Amino acid sequence: MRKVWDLIGGVHPPENKHQSVQDSIGTLPLPQKLVIPLNQHIGAPPKLLVSTGDKVLKGQPLAEPKGMVSVGVHAPTSGLISDISDHPIPHPSGMAARCITLIPDGEDQGVEYQGTDNFREKTPKELLKIIRTSGIAGLGGAGFPTAVKLNARQPISTLIINATECEPYITADDMLMRERPEAVVEGIKILSYILGEPDEILIGIEDNKSQAYDALEPYLEDTNIELVEFITRYPSGGEKQLIQILTGKEVPYGGLPADIGIVCQNIGTTHAIQQAIVHGEPLISRVTTVTGKACTTNRNYQTLIGTPISHLLEHNGFDQSHCSRLVMGGPMMGFSLESSDIPVIKTTNCILTPNQEELPTPPPAQPCIRCGMCAEACPASLLPQQLFWYAQSQNYERLDAHSLFDCIECGACSYVCPSNIPLVQYYRASKGEIRKQAAEKVNSDRARERFEFQKSRKEKEATAKAAKREARKKAAEQARVKSAENPAENLTGNTTETKASAADDIIKAAMARAEAKKASPEEQLAKLERGVVRAGSHLETVQKRLGDLEQEATDKQREQALAAVENARVRLNDAQQKLSEVKVAPADSDPTSTSTEKALASTEKTIVEKIQASPSAALEKKISTLKERIAVTEEKIASADDDALKTALQNGLEKQQTKLKDAEQQLTETPPETEGVTNTTSTTETMDAAASAIARAQAKAAEQSSMSDEDKLKASVESLQKRLKKAQEKLTAAEAEGSEHIDAFRSGAEKLQAKLTATEAELAEKAQ
Amino acid sequence: MALLKLTSPHAHTAQSTADVMKLVLLATIPGLLALTVFFGWGTLINLTITCLVAVACEAGVMRLRKRPVMFYLKDYSALVTAVLLGLALPPLAPWWIAVVGTFFAIVIAKQLYGGLGYNPFNPAMIGYVVLLISFPVQMTAWPAPAPLYPADIDVPGLWQSLQIVLPIFSTEAAGATSHAVDAFTAATPLDTFKHNTGLLVDQLYKKDPLFSQANWAGIGWEWVNFSFLAGGCFLLYRRVFTWHAPIAMLVSLTVCAILFYDGGSSSSHGSPILHLLSGGTMLGAFFIVTDPVTSATSNRGKLIYGALIGILIFIIRSWGSYPDAVAFAVLLMNFAAPLIDNYTLPRTYGHKKSRKATEKKD
Repeated sequence: MRKVWDLIGGVHPPENKHQSVQDSIGTLPLPQKLVIPLNQHIGAPPKLLVSTGDKVLKGQPLAEPKGMVSVGVHAPTSGLISDISDHPIPHPSGMAARCITLIPDGEDQGVEYQGTDNFREKTPKELLKIIRTSGIAGLGGAGFPTAVKLNARQPISTLIINATECEPYITADDMLMRERPEAVVEGIKILSYILGEPDEILIGIEDNKSQAYDALEPYLEDTNIELVEFITRYPSGGEKQLIQILTGKEVPYGGLPADIGIVCQNIGTTHAIQQAIVHGEPLISRVTTVTGKACTTNRNYQTLIGTPISHLLEHNGFDQSHCSRLVMGGPMMGFSLESSDIPVIKTTNCILTPNQEELPTPPPAQPCIRCGMCAEACPASLLPQQLFWYAQSQNYERLDAHSLFDCIECGACSYVCPSNIPLVQYYRASKGEIRKQAAEKVNSDRARERFEFQKSRKEKEATAKAAKREARKKAAEQARVKSAENPAENLTGNTTETKASAADDIIKAAMARAEAKKASPEEQLAKLERGVVRAGSHLETVQKRLGDLEQEATDKQREQALAAVENARVRLNDAQQKLSEVKVAPADSDPTSTSTEKALASTEKTIVEKIQASPSAALEKKISTLKERIAVTEEKIASADDDALKTALQNGLEKQQTKLKDAEQQLTETPPETEGVTNTTSTTETMDAAASAIARAQAKAAEQSSMSDEDKLKASVESLQKRLKKAQEKLTAAEAEGSEHIDAFRSGAEKLQAKLTATEAELAEKAQ
Repeated sequence: MALLKLTSPHAHTAQSTADVMKLVLLATIPGLLALTVFFGWGTLINLTITCLVAVACEAGVMRLRKRPVMFYLKDYSALVTAVLLGLALPPLAPWWIAVVGTFFAIVIAKQLYGGLGYNPFNPAMIGYVVLLISFPVQMTAWPAPAPLYPADIDVPGLWQSLQIVLPIFSTEAAGATSHAVDAFTAATPLDTFKHNTGLLVDQLYKKDPLFSQANWAGIGWEWVNFSFLAGGCFLLYRRVFTWHAPIAMLVSLTVCAILFYDGGSSSSHGSPILHLLSGGTMLGAFFIVTDPVTSATSNRGKLIYGALIGILIFIIRSWGSYPDAVAFAVLLMNFAAPLIDNYTLPRTYGHKKSRKATEKKD
């Protein structure tokens, strides 16, 4: 007797196998339709070869394997493809997936099968190709593509055939062994040939299958295949557990049996391989057990892949009212189905229909008393009570340390738990959470990398910009220093020379400065244009800000925004004016005249005009200008959308209109006869006023031309301060009165303040 | 009937938590009989009080926690705690000893931590220790075993015992009852050894009727311990717990006693047999140390846990100030059980070595 090792842990539930072995494997009539899921295995879904409306023959490939780890599907019978769409598939989640719906035509016509009498005439590679194109996946339950499993890279020393069928109720493999032992043994020989004739070939079988044992034994004489029997215990049929029982070796964590030179195949798969290679028949049916007290008949059937479970149940006297739950698979690892519309697939070994007595509704779970019976039963030597504890508290680190992913979800722990805790449910949930977290972590790591790279790139750009700015600033400083040095030299030179030459020098210096300041007309033009553009964009942003503030701004914010808008407008006007002046400048007679001289000239012109014009003409001119101004204001009101601005503008408009009325009245009042008299008196008055104004302006201009920039700025600061004082006085007066024009006064005062601070800043800069 | 959607596994054994607890209660019966035969009705009365108070406390707490009361009472865990505490109390102790102890055991040591399965300390032992420290006089007044009674005084009968324990039944004054108790308290074997100053062990065995009338180690006490041993073996046979913890404790206690046995001098701490068959050794080994909620989890952990309890029992008995030490030893090791768990994981299938629970993933 070959040595066997004991299964670690394990339980011995009542076997309940006798019910379904009373009859031989039966066949069912063709169902109304066959629903064939595309993906019945582990790996990539296969590629469709047919489309809706095609007529297919039995055994015809409906989909071919796509990629390495893939398996195709074949038509179980001849008929018409009526539909290729999503249907519910056998899965614990109840999900739907692509299925081919085949309506059998009843003829059961098949393609020509190409068998092989002597499989040794073909190379193992050729045999593997046949297995791959015959749609064979592991029929034990997992559904791994057989061709991939048999294509082992490592040398295989042991071939294990799993005939254990350790779960209660299931008898499909048992009946297969009893009825078709010769085919099964031939299949084992084929497997051995493909794997290069391993040293040991073992068939693992439990001691509750004595009839199958007796059926197989005669065909194993003259072969090196050993039939090894061991004690019935669940879950000794798990691949890892069977390997440990038969060889004493353990499959290393994260590895495959092939890593220790072992390949394990289910005995049903062996039979399918034999059918495919010897008879050329692809995998289109399998033995399925129908059992449980809710069905009057308990029997095994050669079921076509894609048969709806309802068809199976109908033919076995299923009574749903007595059924406590519908299980696909066995009572330990099977999953419950919500409806019987689900089809039978390649891995469906059993349909279990228990009544309340067989599988009662589980009572509510009680607290875990850490009795340790679960740890005694665990075949993987885990500590289920600790796994449960940490699964409840979602402590994923501890779950990892306690080897959660070594759990094969056999259910032995939940089976023995005295408190009826659904342990496996907790482990499945925790495994799902951990997997999800790992996937999320991958995503977040990637996002973090991207973010860090972007940050460093932005930093690099910022430092480059700053460096450039520094360089520019330095260059500007140097340029300024150089230009400042020139006049300084001249000034120091004055002290040693005579007064006359000093005066000359001063004039020369002033002229040089003026020239230096002026720059070329083109440059000036460009500069002014740029200024206009800048002012225009600034105005836009400020207006936008005002608009944004519309809804939720406080009054103060709104005033500030209004003031900012006003400032911007003023600046824009100034810039545009300057630009227009410069543009007009070439038409000027004197290109070297300074702005002050120009202003002087223009003031002179207007004053002279005023003096020379008759009062009526003057009034008319006044009226016309007022009208123009009113028109502009009305335009502004129409375009203004802010109420405060509108009211301010309307106040202005009122004032202008009153002025206009007065002027018109004056015009009607002043008779033309008295023109001359009043003219002279007014002209003399105006002439005096004009003369004094001209004199003042001339003095100012003289002053300004002899002043240095600093002094000019100082003078402008002084005047601004005076004006600001006046404006502030007006503002306080208005506030005291509560006048409506407070806003206007305030904005005016702020404008002056701004100008003042700007000028003072310029002065301070110059002083450095 | 609608098809239920449940996850695997669908099959289940017949055993439930209540079944396990009932087996434990069954196993205490031999010990209870021995206590009654040798020490009178006091133990039964104590048990009655503790059981009633335990069930009442548990029901009250469950109502406060808004849980279904009967569902939680049906697991018999409160009864098991009450019985174990009742067996440990001195017979004929006043009724309020039993009440206070049970209250502490059920409400404080068990329910306040979250109920069954969540308590870190053995509730019966917590109750016992609270009483021992708070009421040392009442807790150390053990009646003499029946065979040692003076010929003129009868062992108190049921009614008399009730009167002693529950003075409301008594018609005499309270002082008289305490006299009655004094009349027949005696030292336990461990007490005797602790207070022995001059006699050699042999001499002590001959002189003290407690030992001279006994077969192995203290009259009455040896039979109590044997009975609990029998109950423990029954539970082992029924696989209610594994052998690791109790055998480890008994073996380590024996080994310590052998190591320190100096051949029976006057300062001896007691022979191994004495230690095994006195005090609460067997009760502790098979009913306290095996409490699954508070002990270590894996089998290797249970070995360490049991062994350390045995060592602690010997140390406290020999050099501590209390004659019996099972309760303290067990509570001290309840502290250590999580730490032991961290480092005694079994080797999982497919791995080369056992892992540590405190492993961190990189």
